[in-house]
Amino acid sequence: MVAALILALVGTMSGQDSAPSTPLTLVSRDARRTVPTSMQNGREVVALDDLANLLQLSVKEDSLAGGVTVSYRGRTIVASADRPIVSVEGRVVSLPAPMVRSGRRWLVPIEFISSALAPIYDQRIELRRASRLVILGDVRLPRVTANIDSPGPPTRATLEITPAAAVTVNADPGRMVVRIDADGLDFAPSATGGLIDRIRIGDQPNTLLVETTGTGRATVTTANNVARVLIEVAAATTSESRAPGAPGAAPTPAPAPAPGAPIPDPRAAIAATRTWQTIAIDPGHGGDDVGVRSAKGVEEKQLTLDIARRLRGIVESRLGLRVILTRDDDRALGLDERASVANNGKANLLISLHVNGSRVPETAGAEVLHLQLDRESAEVVRAATAEGAALPTISGITRRLDLIPWDLAQARHLDESSVLASVLQEELQRQIPMSTHPIRQGPVRLLAAANMPAALVEVAYLTNPQQEGRLGTDDFKNSVAQALFSAIVRFRAWSEESQAQ
Amino acid sequence: MSMKTWWLAFVGALAVLVLIALSIARMYGPARPAPVEEAPVAGTPSTPKETAHITATLFFGAPDGQTLAAVRRDVALADTVVEQGRQILNAQLSEVPQAPLVGVIPAGTKLRAFYVTDRGDAFVDLSSDVVTGHPGGSLNELLTVYAIVDAVTANLPAVRRVQILVDGKEADTIAGHVDLRRPLSRDDSLVREGDEK
Repeated sequence: MVAALILALVGTMSGQDSAPSTPLTLVSRDARRTVPTSMQNGREVVALDDLANLLQLSVKEDSLAGGVTVSYRGRTIVASADRPIVSVEGRVVSLPAPMVRSGRRWLVPIEFISSALAPIYDQRIELRRASRLVILGDVRLPRVTANIDSPGPPTRATLEITPAAAVTVNADPGRMVVRIDADGLDFAPSATGGLIDRIRIGDQPNTLLVETTGTGRATVTTANNVARVLIEVAAATTSESRAPGAPGAAPTPAPAPAPGAPIPDPRAAIAATRTWQTIAIDPGHGGDDVGVRSAKGVEEKQLTLDIARRLRGIVESRLGLRVILTRDDDRALGLDERASVANNGKANLLISLHVNGSRVPETAGAEVLHLQLDRESAEVVRAATAEGAALPTISGITRRLDLIPWDLAQARHLDESSVLASVLQEELQRQIPMSTHPIRQGPVRLLAAANMPAALVEVAYLTNPQQEGRLGTDDFKNSVAQALFSAIVRFRAWSEESQAQ
Repeated sequence: MSMKTWWLAFVGALAVLVLIALSIARMYGPARPAPVEEAPVAGTPSTPKETAHITATLFFGAPDGQTLAAVRRDVALADTVVEQGRQILNAQLSEVPQAPLVGVIPAGTKLRAFYVTDRGDAFVDLSSDVVTGHPGGSLNELLTVYAIVDAVTANLPAVRRVQILVDGKEADTIAGHVDLRRPLSRDDSLVREGDEK
């Protein structure tokens, strides 16, 4: 009877486009919501109505043109029924299939979320199809994969966390708790074997519970923005239970690498030195130095700090990079101190944030500044680089050093900074109005001492009444942060590719 | 005429020629380094000839708010490069331009001293009003700095670079952006073309 019922059910389902096994889940900082999907002509689709409800979109149908306009805060996507492309803010984006009508609803391929919606939305939207997630906003949700390297015993397994995040492991007999510095984990239960019985999400959304038959130990390494937890589980022995100092208790796992555990590939270590770890953001002015003050009393120092914090949140959550703010409160800080914070933190990039001022109220728009060295300074650097200095090392090899005056540290990064300025200008241009002089080169004091690619960004004019009004809105500040984030992503890719060559 | 008289006449003529040559060299040659002047010089004009003047180029904010406009003004002729520089800078600092041009140097800023080294580097020592009265912003600061640098270098060919001092001391910046620790060369990219009148 039960078998007949199952057969009948299967028979009913096979007559239509089968539904996906799991709906998508929209994950934001405050909630997890279901995004229903269905299958149309072998493609997974989502209803525009559902997306509109979840993401506060406006959907208007143009029956004459046979298309639909999706709007969000003045930004639009135009889609037509018969073509697998959409216009996103005037740029053509292709989709795997055209939009289709189903009754009174319009259905779009789920790739619409990442290809069309994400570019116009003021928060991050990321579609993780494999894990059935749509991530909205600054949610730190690293992907975690688990592999059994050898069933043993001892059983060896590797957890990979991407992007890398801080990891702590507590090991007890029979279980290990892996705590990851994140808001949640993108983890699908995976294969188990040997002495590892099960790996699952723990009591907290950012913990993994590894259930074992034995005692485990773990080593954490990080390379190429991936954190790896190397786990070794050994069968419990009677000698362990008689460990000195802890009669009857299992020994505390040693933090050192397990004997026989996989040794990190040295090439990965070399690559890691090339890979970005840290960026520095400098919120301009602070303390008594208020910067530009508008007629209504809005101060540059507050805006720069606000935008810097937003940018830090996005970069840390999406790229997993360490972000140093030269100041994280309202205090005065010298220009050399700011450069020192970035230099000592070995930042791969420095962006100094400012808001501009003009004596002509109509002047408006964002500008990017990078350093220009005068001829004399350039000659000083050239001479220092040519002479250099040779220092003997412990290994007996002589190491050559370029001795460049500390306050001209930027000299060796001028070309990279020029590229950075161009990328910043292009990405800002997508989000906010630019000045008639979008890129300037000049003797910028802070940048001269920065020992990494560096640029100064003036996001708008506080002396322009219209821009002053916009500067106070979340919309504008988020747009700036998003543009800067996109520029960082692009510049990092360019930089890493350049170094690899 | 005796041999002695000829000799005296020859020496006298030579002395006159040397004096003339020295005078010309002083007027047009590279200026000698002048000592740092601690006392304010603004309001103590040099001794211009009543009728003699030069046509100098001064720089004010252009109507677009983004660039400098070059403007021609009559400035009293001075005897030396250093004195001429003071005349030009005092004119640059004291003039309040008429709309649509705008001033780019804070009102009340005074010239404390001006001198030129043998290498052609000029030092412009301004009162601290240039810092305390500055409205901020990198654009405003660039225009302030280069109005001064360009006013000196455009009018005094003997000067190659200009370093701005504040209250007699080296300054980092005026408003947190533009590096004043070294002499700056002329930058015509900030000057809008076709504005010179």
